[in-house]
Amino acid sequence: MSYLAKPKFQHPSLEVNALGFTHRDYEGSMSTLCAGCGHDSISAAIVRACFELSLPPHRIAKLSGIGCSSKTPTYMLGQSHGFNSVHGRMPSVLTGANLANRDLIYLGVSGDGDTASIGLGQFAHAMRRGVNMVYIVENNGVYGLTKGQFSATADRGSKSKKGVDATDEPIDLVALAIQLGASFVARSFSGDKAQLVPLIKAAFEHRGAAFIDVISPCVTFNNHAGSTKSFDYVREHNIAVNALDVITGRSTIEVDYAEGDRQDVLMHDGSTIRLHKLEAGLDVSDRSAAFGMLERHRFAGEIATGLVYLNEGARELHESLDTTHRPLNELGQEVLCPGSKALQAINASLR
Amino acid sequence: MQATDISHPDYFHKVVDCQWACPAHTPVPEYIRRIADGDNDGAYLINWESNVFPGILGRTCDRPCEPACRRGRLQEEPVAICRLKRVAADRKSDIADRLPKAPSARNGKRVGCIGAGPASLTVARDLAAIGYDVAVFDSDSQAGGMMRSQIPKFRLPDEVIDEEVGYALSTGGAFVASSRVESLKAMLAEGFDAIFVGCGAPRGRDLDAPGRREAAKNIHIGIDWLASVSFGHTHSIGRRVVVLGGGNTAMDCCRTSLRLGGCDVKVVVRSGFAEMKASAWEKEDAMHEGVAILNFLVPKAFTHQRDRLTGVIFEKVTAEKDDRGRRILAPTGEPDVHIECDDVLVAVGQENAFPWIESDSGVAFGKNGLPSIDPVTFQSSLPSVFFGGDAALGPKNIITAVAHGHEAAISIDAFCRGEDPRVRPAPMTNLVSQKMGLHEWSYDNAITLDRRFAVPHVENTKALKNVKTEVELGFTDEQALAEARRCLNCDVQTVFSAPACIECDACVDICPLDCISFVPNAPEEELRRSLNAPALNLTQAIYVSEPVKTGRIMAKDEDLCLHCGLCAERCPTGAWDMRKFTIEFPRAGHTCQSTL
Ligand SMILES: Cc1cc2nc3c(=O)[nH]c(=O)nc-3n(C[C@H](O)[C@H](O)[C@H](O)COP(=O)(O)OP(=O)(O)OC[C@H]3O[C@@H](n4cnc5c(N)ncnc54)[C@H](O)[C@@H]3O)c2cc1C
Ligand SMILES: Cc1ncc(C[n+]2csc(CCOP(=O)(O)OP(=O)(O)O)c2C)c(N)n1
Ligand code: SF4
Ligand code: SF4
Ligand code: SF4
Ligand SMILES: [Mg+2]
Repeated sequence: MSYLAKPKFQHPSLEVNALGFTHRDYEGSMSTLCAGCGHDSISAAIVRACFELSLPPHRIAKLSGIGCSSKTPTYMLGQSHGFNSVHGRMPSVLTGANLANRDLIYLGVSGDGDTASIGLGQFAHAMRRGVNMVYIVENNGVYGLTKGQFSATADRGSKSKKGVDATDEPIDLVALAIQLGASFVARSFSGDKAQLVPLIKAAFEHRGAAFIDVISPCVTFNNHAGSTKSFDYVREHNIAVNALDVITGRSTIEVDYAEGDRQDVLMHDGSTIRLHKLEAGLDVSDRSAAFGMLERHRFAGEIATGLVYLNEGARELHESLDTTHRPLNELGQEVLCPGSKALQAINASLR
Repeated sequence: MQATDISHPDYFHKVVDCQWACPAHTPVPEYIRRIADGDNDGAYLINWESNVFPGILGRTCDRPCEPACRRGRLQEEPVAICRLKRVAADRKSDIADRLPKAPSARNGKRVGCIGAGPASLTVARDLAAIGYDVAVFDSDSQAGGMMRSQIPKFRLPDEVIDEEVGYALSTGGAFVASSRVESLKAMLAEGFDAIFVGCGAPRGRDLDAPGRREAAKNIHIGIDWLASVSFGHTHSIGRRVVVLGGGNTAMDCCRTSLRLGGCDVKVVVRSGFAEMKASAWEKEDAMHEGVAILNFLVPKAFTHQRDRLTGVIFEKVTAEKDDRGRRILAPTGEPDVHIECDDVLVAVGQENAFPWIESDSGVAFGKNGLPSIDPVTFQSSLPSVFFGGDAALGPKNIITAVAHGHEAAISIDAFCRGEDPRVRPAPMTNLVSQKMGLHEWSYDNAITLDRRFAVPHVENTKALKNVKTEVELGFTDEQALAEARRCLNCDVQTVFSAPACIECDACVDICPLDCISFVPNAPEEELRRSLNAPALNLTQAIYVSEPVKTGRIMAKDEDLCLHCGLCAERCPTGAWDMRKFTIEFPRAGHTCQSTL
């Protein structure tokens, strides 16, 4: 870690977004992670995505569990709301926050240990309920914070720093998320911002449970030869199945792909995701095709990255529960707590 | 783009903007760090080695380094590089015995310097220290040239000149006072092995206008008048003074007038305020003391009653573009302006004059009246005669004169040893890692947000009473330390090793100025536009690496780098390192000294 605060000076010709902010305005405090940690790159990608979408920082709530990955919300979005919960419990805390105030933009940041080990149950229910959030797992295959034990996403046969093989079957969080009902599911790599930033932007534009599994090398405990989550291994085995542009009102499309290779998806807020199919014929709205594609690449020893599944018509939690359209903090005392007479009426109606 | 050759001595030198801009290439960040460390002696000696007159320059330098300072490009003001020199000079202990002395072994060669200004004194210092017998002749009784005769005492006290002229001569040069050289041929006949002409640009331009001759008693040539004040011959001036001209000489004339009895002092300039030649800070100081600056007025005639000056008539003009787009001053057609005054000081420029160099001496002159010299060696058409300072290229400033002096000394040394002065010795460079620990560096890499500190001045009422009262007080200790901390240490270079990089992006993400990008290689113009922050300042280099693993290149825009070292701190593999760049310029005799 560095003790120095990042100097306030910034490039005089930095781009500003619709709110008049530069990307520096979306930064947080200085990272205390190991130098070179993939998680820091993901933070930078989140900063970039929020900046490019001109999200108002004070309307974002960032929540996390425990782990090096779960520490990162401190290192981004310094002007946003934050909640650092208990290990593996980010999904339930976020669900509660979301039910109380549906107007905020929810970002859950977690690790592979936080999500696939201790928090697997929490993860499962947030996905299947369709909580409107962006859920990012910073996946390094180890428990970084507790010094590098294998996590549940470590591939069978991947070697620990001391040379011991992982023996258990890995959990593929992408496949699991699709199976559990997440409506936006993607995988990416911390070392590829060109792919990651548009994915995060698209996830923010999506309504419903948006999940991104980002492979994020742990430079200290899992970046050696024999590891399947090292920079070199991921670069060599990464197969991008598509690339995407997020077209909001302001931005223009730069590259034009031939018809057939292109898939445009209109998002609920009016923006468009334009997908450039790198893997011919892959239709991201086809659930079974997504499973097939994942399985094919897994069998070939490849890591498929890109947008894997998208269901823009899915229901999110508030719709299912038919909750009030206004955040609870905007309702008056009488509405929130209508008194014993109202309770009696409810009880009577249930007799 | 080709990968950058960082072993070229110019590459990192250019990144140290101030040092690159200093004609004498003073290692600015190094001396500023010494000041911040409390080592004023070290700071002084580093300066002395490069620029010979740290205390003088710390009060008067034209400071070409400051507009170059990187901090000025960060929507901020440059570091007060110049006034920090004075900090070191004022606070140093007695350093006299740390200066080089004339070696007891003499080389038997004699060099004559004409004029005892900064150029000649530099030649004398450099050559005497390596065994030459150097004699410095001046028509004045004291050495220092225009530093002593022109620069007013309230900006540069005599004690400072005495001390530093003394140090320059302490390597063994001999000052020959009050001896004007009247003939180059006679000088050549005295058997000097080489002659250095450092006689300056001694003639002040006059203004020929109606009434000039009649009112001559109250119309003075600025530089002659300032010399006369400096040498104690002139003690007063009329109450109402008009100074003609917009350069630094005009500023010294008006401010001196205020101190000699002038109370209504006006500087009247042909051009607009922004176009005036005077440095911004000189204008500010003059106005702060109560001088009025009037622009767009062209002098037409002097008015007088018999031989007594009564004023000056000016034509009003305005700046326009002519058919070819050049700026011209065109009359506005408004009625002329008459400004009443008791004295006029003419400060409209300086000229070179060499009446004592015979036309058949062998020294050739160009049409502009300047000697025909080799721009690198300063050698004239007569191989044993060299020029430097204002005499070589027309009126400039002290630091330029010093820089010329160093180069001429190298040339004279080569010439006296029978070598070709055009073969220049190469500078020596060094690059040393500053890493002390994971996030510890042997320099202070924290970036202060302090704004530039202003040097405290004596109050006007007191300052204007005596022409010898130094008006600037110099920084206080606290200000000096805080100002020194504003330096960004641009000599501590970011050095990149492509094979060590794992492309984790940590450096890209942390860099506060978005200097670093990993991109596909491209021709420079395209590359500059493809970086994370477009590199629009074409005067600043792009540092391009060999390809990294993915085939991309690392491209760093040097323009706004804070040298904060965060890239190196966040790099997991040590692919970035912060290394201190030093460049040592050859001085006369530094090479092959043993053959002397
Ligand atoms: C009013 C004024 C203010 C200035 N203020 C500044 C300032 O603040 N900062 C700055 O950097 N520069 C300043 N300058 C410019 C600076 O003084 C000169 O550029 C610098 O001194 C030139 O140095 P030099 O060695 O070439 O010669 P000079 O300093 O001009 O010295 C030449 C010497 O040669 C002597 N000499 C001439 N002919 C002969 C001869 N035939 N025989 C013997 N001796 C001879 C002269 O008496 C003189 O002493 C100022 C100039 C003026 C006029
Ligand atoms: C309830 C509980 N159990 C165990 C721990 C110890 N612990 C802290 S972080 C961590 C694993 C974190 O792994 P991961 O989520 O992958 O984060 P990483 O550090 O790898 O980014 C564990 C087991 C804890 N803090 N709380
Ligand atoms: S231990 Fe691993 S995951 Fe944690 S900060 Fe260090 S590199 Fe990142
Ligand atoms: S030293 Fe490194 S991190 Fe700091 S400004 Fe320069 S390139 Fe950026
Ligand atoms: S931090 Fe170091 S290893 Fe990472 S990209 Fe920068 S230079 Fe390469
Ligand atoms: Mg982990």
